[in-house]
Parts: sequence; structure tokens; C-alpha cells
Amino acid sequence: MIPALVVFAYLALVLYIGVFRGRGGSANAEDYFLAGRSLGPTVFLLSLFGTNMTAFSILGASGHAFANGIVTYGLMASSSALVIPVTLLVIGTRLWSLGKRHGFMTPVQLFRDRWECGHIGTVIFAVQTVLLIPYVIIAVIGGGTTLATVSGGLVPFWLGGAIVALVVMGYVFFGGMRGTATVNAFQTILFLLFGAIAITVVSAGMGGFQAAMESMLASPSAPLLTRERVSPWYFFSYTFIPLSTIAFPHIAIFCMTANRLTHFKKTIVLYPICMLAIWLPSVFLGVVANQATAVPAIQAKLEARAMLTVEGLELPPDAQAQLRRQAAGDDVILRLVEGYAPLWLSALLGAAVMAAVMASDSQILALSTMFTEDVFAFYGGKRRFGEAAQVRTGRAFVIVLTLLAYLIALRVPQSIFDIATQYAFAGYAALAPLVVAALFWKGSTKWGALAATLWTAAAVAFVAAVQTTIPAPPAGTEIPVWSPGGTPVITRAAAGMMVAGFLPVVPMTVVSALMMVVVSALTPVARPGPTTLARYFAQ
Amino acid sequence: MRRMRPLAATALVALLYALHQDVWLWREARPIVFGILPVGLFYHAAYTVVTAVTLWALVRLVWPHHLE
Repeated sequence: MIPALVVFAYLALVLYIGVFRGRGGSANAEDYFLAGRSLGPTVFLLSLFGTNMTAFSILGASGHAFANGIVTYGLMASSSALVIPVTLLVIGTRLWSLGKRHGFMTPVQLFRDRWECGHIGTVIFAVQTVLLIPYVIIAVIGGGTTLATVSGGLVPFWLGGAIVALVVMGYVFFGGMRGTATVNAFQTILFLLFGAIAITVVSAGMGGFQAAMESMLASPSAPLLTRERVSPWYFFSYTFIPLSTIAFPHIAIFCMTANRLTHFKKTIVLYPICMLAIWLPSVFLGVVANQATAVPAIQAKLEARAMLTVEGLELPPDAQAQLRRQAAGDDVILRLVEGYAPLWLSALLGAAVMAAVMASDSQILALSTMFTEDVFAFYGGKRRFGEAAQVRTGRAFVIVLTLLAYLIALRVPQSIFDIATQYAFAGYAALAPLVVAALFWKGSTKWGALAATLWTAAAVAFVAAVQTTIPAPPAGTEIPVWSPGGTPVITRAAAGMMVAGFLPVVPMTVVSALMMVVVSALTPVARPGPTTLARYFAQ
Repeated sequence: MRRMRPLAATALVALLYALHQDVWLWREARPIVFGILPVGLFYHAAYTVVTAVTLWALVRLVWPHHLE
């Protein structure tokens, strides 16, 4: 029960920080939604980083590494450590500048102005919203599950989810961007501390990592210390995923909150170091968990995995699915710390996990900002009812969205939203050409933007359909889905749909860029007038 | 010289992007650096630090002062 009490204390603290830090300025939309564009360099760095870290960073990364080995770090951390800061330098700084000069608060506002369009902006808003909502739902589910786990079942799932939803809703409602950013900064510090503490404690518990590494090299798990189980093309595909970051509305909106452009400098330079500090311990612990046979829960996972490898194909599908669930490593870091750490650290871990699963606050606020600016204000609500009504609408939207997410979370299994967030990364990466074209290509048009957006929506729907209708085959095998001339082009692998050996994100992004280029070139009459272009390409 | 800066910055980023695809370490676990890090993991950890240093250089080299 002690870990549950620590988690409750943590939730109370977060609520206090968010509400207290964000109080005041409630009638002004820019203050509520963008913290008055006044965030300082440290909060900007920690909060931008925290906003981009989800439950996956701690739990999912170690779970993925437990099953797939060291490749996890190269797939998800080192590529992001390069691509995300570069996009912040090249694109984020421009978003900040345009937001400051023209008062933009959302990417769609910028697109509407840049391409002189109205309803096409609404289509982009709709696609962005559909791709973002699963994150909010999955956070409610994660919160409910975590509270139920740390309380030993005393807090049921429905109550845990409701408590987490209420806390997040509370500080987003009262604190707006200022409160949310401060909470995110606090949570990032917790993530950073957790990695170092967990490594130290688990190392002490296992008698150092050297012996574990040597015995792993001599065991059947040795391939987990290399990348021989994944193809270089699969590895390369993952470098496209971080392109999604700058296209995510909550990140683009966050870029507009900095007080000064120079605040980006520290964020850009230190972003890779933060990635290293959080991901290296998570991945490393996930890998060495394969040697933590003294922890019964981990031993059970290893046995399930071994049985799946030896007898998997001969077992009925239900038994295979059962073994896959037993072997899954998403809670492996929890089990490691439980096995080797004192109670106080388990409690701290519970709070860190809660911090990770509560990373949906920025998405909720972004969706609220988008709704009030891109729909309410655009279709005349602000003009008719005033700015105070706009902020009230934003707050009401926060309540409705959180309630909706909670109700869906009670009824739909988490696995569906786990998959949905995977689509969202690929979808947002495919929307990145819109941002690039808007900021850097005079010749881009609204029709090019519409074509790229519709292509993204159709491609995401197609990938979702393939992955839900064709069950995953055993690891190492692929089911042909489309084989023109006998050559398999689209296949269903254990990791998901593949296109000519690449993850779908690669063709989705490339074709989206082509759509933008080709359709814009075909519609030169739709190019904005010189006044508009001068605002974006003055130099 | 000033006009060469964006070109140099682009080349640096392209080089780092290419170095991410370290196929030459694909099947190697040894050496185990510091006794605990397989060489492939060490490479990408070191790559992350080099990325931070490169970004520091980029911020000095091609900072968009005109946007301030």
C-alpha cells in the first residue's frame, strides 16, 4: 500500500503545481493556451522534452529491449536525438517567429494564412485530431492500470482511470499551458532521476552487470547484444519516425511558447543528452533483464518465450497468444526494480511510471487550443462571443474530451490504442511535408496540402485495416498481402505491415512529399498572392 | 565564407545521418566496452554524444538570427 500512497501524494503534488503555477490570466487566450509566449529556457527545454516522452520511453523501451535487444536504442533513441533537434532548429524556430509576428497559435492557422485557404485547414484539423485522440485514451488506461497495480488491486481500474483523468483535467483546466509546462518540466526531472537510480540499484542487486553480460554472451540470448535479427532497411525506416515530432500539433504549438528565440539553443543542444539519460538505462536494463532469472516474474517470462520458440508453431492460436502475453516485457523494468529495490524505490518508480502515463496533458491542451482556434474562432465564435468565451470554450472542451476519453477507456481494450498510436507516428511523419512546404517552398499550394493530407489519412486507414484483418504471423515469417508479378511488395510481418522491406512510414512520407510537389506544380493558379508570400519569404 | 555555412551544416547533418546506419557493427557484440556495453550499444550512445556536440556547432554556425 505504501507505493500507492506515494503515487497519490505525487498526484496531489502535480495537481498543486499545475493549478498554482498556472493561475491567473484566464480570460486571455494567448495566456491560457500559450502561457503568454513567455516560457523561460529551462522550463522550455524540460517541458518540450517531457511533452515528447510518453509511457513508451520508460516502460515500452525496456520491454522492447527485453524482447529485441540493443537494437531498441538505435531504432528509437539515437535517430530521434539527431532528427528532432535538427527539425527544431530548422522548423521550430520559424514556427516561433511566425507565431510571434502574426499571432498564430496552431499549425492550421499558419496553413490557412500561408495557402490562403479555409475549409482545407478544417480537413487538416480533422486528420490531426483523429491521429491525436488515441494518446489521450491510452493515458487514461495507463493511469488506471498503474494505480490498480501499485495498490495491489485496492483501487479498481475504473476508479484509478477516473482519478488520473481528473488530476490531468484539473491542472490543464486551471493551469492552461503555463501549468501544463511546469508539470511536464517536473515530470522530466523525475524521468531523468529514475534512470540513474534504477541502474545503480539493479546493478547492486545483480552483483554488477559484468557477470550478467558475460553469461549472456554465452547463452542463447547472445543475439540480443547484436542487431542480427533486424534488417538494415527496417533499421533505416525508423529514422523517418522522428519526423513526426515537428508535425505533432502539441509540439508545434509548444514551439510558440518560448519567450525568446535563443531559448531554443539550449533545447537543441541538450535534447540528445536527455535522450541518452532516459533511454540508455531503460534499454540497458531491458536487455540485462534476460539474465535476471532470480526474479520469479522475469523467469516466467523467459520460460514463456522459450516455449513459444520451441513449440510455438505447433500450438493452437489461443495458446500462442497466451504465451505471447506471458512473455511480453512491458512491465519488465517494474519487475526488475521490484526484485532488487527497497520498497521506497518501488514507490518512487510508481510515481515515475505515473509521470510517464500522464504525458497526455499536452495533447489535451493542444486539442483544446486547436478546437477553439481552428474551429470556434475560425467559424466566427470569437467574433460573436469574445475572447473570454473562447477560453471558456477551450476549458469546456478539456472537460468533454477527458470525459469522452475516460468512457472509451472503460470499454475498449488497450491493445487497440497501442496500435493506434503506432499509426499516429507514421501519420504525423507523413504530414511533415506540409510544414516543410509551407515554410520553405513558395510554389506550394493549398491543393498540394490537401492531396498530402488525404493521402496520409487514406494510408493510415489502409495500414490499420491490414494490421487488424491479417493476424500477425510468427516472428521471422511474412504473409504476402500484395504481390504484383509474384514479387511480394506489401507483406504482414510480426512487427506489422511492411512495404518492400520498409516500415509503412517510409512510403507514406515519400508519397506525401510527392503529392505536395506534383499537385502544387499542377495548380500554379492557386499560389497565394505576393502579399502573403512576402510575409513568409521576405529575405 | 558565410554563404558556405548552410552547406557545411547540411553536410554535417547528412554525415551524421549516414553514420547512424552502422552496418559494420551489425553482428558484433564484442568488444564489451567498460565490461558492460556491447559495442553496438556503445556506438549509438557515443553517437548521441557526438550529435549533441554537432548540434552545438550547428547552433553557432547557422543560427537564424534574422528570425529574432
